[in-house]
Amino acid sequence: MTHIGLFPYLLVAALLLVLGVAGIFLNRKNLIVILMSIELILLAANLNLVAFAAQRGDLVGQVFVMFTLTVAAAEAAIGLAIVVITYRARGTIAVEDVNLLKG
Amino acid sequence: MIAALLFWLFAAVLVGSAVMVVTARNPMHGVLFLILAFFNAAALFVLAGAEFLAMVLVIVYVGAVAVLFLFVVMMLDIGAARRKGGWQAYLPAGLAVGAVLFAEVLFSLAGWKLMPAAVAVPQPAGLSNTAALAGVLYTRYLLLFQASGLVLLVAMIGAIVLTLREHTRSRHQSIPRQLARDHRETVVLLDVPLREAPVVPGEAKKQAAPAPGGAE
Repeated sequence: MTHIGLFPYLLVAALLLVLGVAGIFLNRKNLIVILMSIELILLAANLNLVAFAAQRGDLVGQVFVMFTLTVAAAEAAIGLAIVVITYRARGTIAVEDVNLLKG
Repeated sequence: MIAALLFWLFAAVLVGSAVMVVTARNPMHGVLFLILAFFNAAALFVLAGAEFLAMVLVIVYVGAVAVLFLFVVMMLDIGAARRKGGWQAYLPAGLAVGAVLFAEVLFSLAGWKLMPAAVAVPQPAGLSNTAALAGVLYTRYLLLFQASGLVLLVAMIGAIVLTLREHTRSRHQSIPRQLARDHRETVVLLDVPLREAPVVPGEAKKQAAPAPGGAE
């Protein structure tokens, strides 16, 4: 960390965040890719937390990463369950075909 | 020097695989690139001195979450995207949102400062990262730790409730129904006269027919 500094970590995390958000917008294929984009966004947040924790010599940032991981795992489980029941009910998980609410 | 070189290598692979996750046509390839991204993020964690979190990332994300994604992708039989194109229509919106977001992040990167009252919890000398993390997690953040366990419990129950299908053909016992049975609804007593076979029309003709054949 002393050789690398804080800024490169923040840059990589920002790139990951932007890629995740752009992935949600660009993706018209299926819901699973949206869930994977959300995982990328959470990974960017974790990278930021770890970078700041290392830069300050603070352990609390790393503790918070554990809670973020917990929430990310729960989100993945619930999201995939919703994808599965959507597929069962509609026979497709393409984003364009999920338009029951005409959003 | 070597650390910086490794950092940029892992960062480049991480960002490249993230691009592939977003743009892969086959969702299976997307999940595999997601696994690659997690491995490289774990390497970045190691470079930042968070060894335990790097191992947790590999075990939890690659071992559980990514495999869950793989299972769902294989179970749902999606295949590659059938329609080509279509995403070009959303490219301007996606690029605009991405550019605005990136600019905002860069602005906040330029102008942040630490709160003066923030007190750091340093890693004690002579302790490994794992032991130091446990010392903070199990003392100061014990309640939050328990609460995160509750979050996982709720997620597990929710996933089960969402995906459970009621099997109508299963032959499981219903103990209350069995105990509530009464002999009056199961046993029927009939008065049957002695030495009189019950007369059923179809049966009588069948018995009469073989009789001549037996005499020949």
